[in-house]
Amino acid sequence: MKEILTAIWTYRHFIVSSIKNDLRSRFARSKLGALWMVLQPLAQVAIYALVLSRIMAAKLPGIDNRYAYVIYLMAGMIAWSLFAEVVTRSLTVFVDNGNLMKKMAFPRVCLPIIIAGSCLVNNLLLLITAVVVFLLIGHPLSTAMLWLPLLIGINIAFAVGFGLVLGVLNVFVRDIAQFMMVVLQLLFWLTPVVYMPSIIPERLRAVLVFNPMVHMVTAFQDVILYGRAPAMTGLVTIAATAIILLLLSLILFRRAAPEMVDVL
Amino acid sequence: MSELLLSVRGIGKAFRDYGSEWRRFASWLGVRTRAKTETWVLRGVSFNVARGESIGIVGQNGAGKSTLLKLITGTLRATEGNLSVNGRIAAILELGMGFSPDLSGRANVQHTAGLMGFPREEITSVMASIEEFAEIGEYFDEPVRTYSSGMQMRVAFAVATAFRPDILIVDEALSVGDAYFQHKCFKRIREFREQGTSLLIVSHDSSAVQALCDRALLLENGMLVKDGEPAEVMDLYNALIAERENSAITISSHASGRAQIVSGSGEAVVENIMLVNMANEQVEFVDVGQQVTLLIQVMVRKSIPRLVLGYLIKDRLGQPVFGTNTHHTKQVLENVSAGQRVEFRINFPMNFGQGSYSVSTALVSTDTHLVNNYEWRDLALVFTVSNLSRPIFVGSAWVPPQIEVGSP
Repeated sequence: MKEILTAIWTYRHFIVSSIKNDLRSRFARSKLGALWMVLQPLAQVAIYALVLSRIMAAKLPGIDNRYAYVIYLMAGMIAWSLFAEVVTRSLTVFVDNGNLMKKMAFPRVCLPIIIAGSCLVNNLLLLITAVVVFLLIGHPLSTAMLWLPLLIGINIAFAVGFGLVLGVLNVFVRDIAQFMMVVLQLLFWLTPVVYMPSIIPERLRAVLVFNPMVHMVTAFQDVILYGRAPAMTGLVTIAATAIILLLLSLILFRRAAPEMVDVL
Repeated sequence: MSELLLSVRGIGKAFRDYGSEWRRFASWLGVRTRAKTETWVLRGVSFNVARGESIGIVGQNGAGKSTLLKLITGTLRATEGNLSVNGRIAAILELGMGFSPDLSGRANVQHTAGLMGFPREEITSVMASIEEFAEIGEYFDEPVRTYSSGMQMRVAFAVATAFRPDILIVDEALSVGDAYFQHKCFKRIREFREQGTSLLIVSHDSSAVQALCDRALLLENGMLVKDGEPAEVMDLYNALIAERENSAITISSHASGRAQIVSGSGEAVVENIMLVNMANEQVEFVDVGQQVTLLIQVMVRKSIPRLVLGYLIKDRLGQPVFGTNTHHTKQVLENVSAGQRVEFRINFPMNFGQGSYSVSTALVSTDTHLVNNYEWRDLALVFTVSNLSRPIFVGSAWVPPQIEVGSP
């Protein structure tokens, strides 16, 4: 553990400049540049709001704002987009950086940190935009939003752990990344982001409990929309799962490392 | 000099195919599964590198040279054996070092130096010297995708050598640059060497290996077959690339103490080789400028369609001084029958500088020994040139000067 931390510290400049380069090169040669980072999720929110607001608007009791559904959507999107982006990129992190790993010797632990950092910046920009939107449509910010840093941290840890376990295996069986893209799509619809849990039948709701992202997204909605503290049991479960997944990915990586570059 | 920078002990690398990846995963979890096939690309390689020592690694494609370098730099992990590194390694393994095409050269330099583990302040402090060394002008601030491969190579070399490493590893990358930049690179490499950096160079260029290296390693099929003086190792390497089916390589000890290597399929062999003077007497010591004849008698054992004799005179370090063959002089012998003896008399003035020289001979069918190598013989003859009658001069060529001294 100590050697991992010293490696991260020694390579901190590399990590920071990688995150910068990552963001920069993603939008190099595009006119709107970094604006796309927030435009895309905002557009998605707008589409859902446009298509579904009539059906969904009535299902949010206790919220006294005609844009309640938009706020609900945004809260869910902030949680989900961070999770989905980190998982997607962790899945292919070794394959994408194969060339670099073949050429240079550097602590591989930098790679997931770079992903987490770059996705975090992305997500914070989205969050700031969301806050601006909330102020525009008259949704007051509550002190419950102070929970957000913790929620985001757990969300990232969980996503990195989950993505890396599969990412290590994906180096050897490339079908995993393809398969997971489908699974992520399915998971999105099994998570109450665009709909409310109240609209689905009682029997199915019992199944949803086993989807960790339900708790994650619900916590974001609690904090952002309802202005109340998130439910602790769900959060603690996800945090514990995240730690287990991170340890598992570390062990898996240690075992796989000698053969990994061979097949990249 | 005696301090060990790198010690490699019985190192080996195998690529494993488990048949099913699930069995590979199971093997990590401690389940004893046997890999279906194991391909050893390197096995049982041991050698040491002392501080300031330069080592050339030669071998045919696929001999395991790059794998060995990757094991040393740490991008690949060894399957067996031990490797201990005592100092910082800088490696120029392949072109580009993972530059991102949309970022400028400067940003990539920042990034790559960070990747090598240097803090920002140190990188900033050498940025100017990197820019100056790369000499690519305003391109330094342009995106790397607009670079030519030579320009990428310049920047890559400049970054990799911005800080003097304890061990510098260069894998053929230098052949990309133009002649001017190559000279610049070699100059920097020499400077590093003088300051105590050890070099590991993979190259097919025998003169580079002989000029830069104190020792050379020859790899063949993943094994270390020779570890010795560069000239000797390059001779064996030349013999290996000429090796064909049913051709034999014999290594015997020459009178001079160096190994003599003979290879080839044996359809024609050099029976006798000597240097004679104008009076047809055999000589071993020759005066500068003296007219001599290199006499080579060839025995043809099997009928062959074409016979070409090539010869190469090398200096003490194995650097070629002069060589040609009867293909280039348009004296190819056609349809030579078995049992025939051929005598070649090569007359020339010994316009060489002082020193010891060796002659290699090649009996082939075309102008290269890679097609039909009947016989390749290194150190076929050794002779010494001494300066008995000319003014004192240095160098390996005698270029008679006529110096006029006067007022302009």
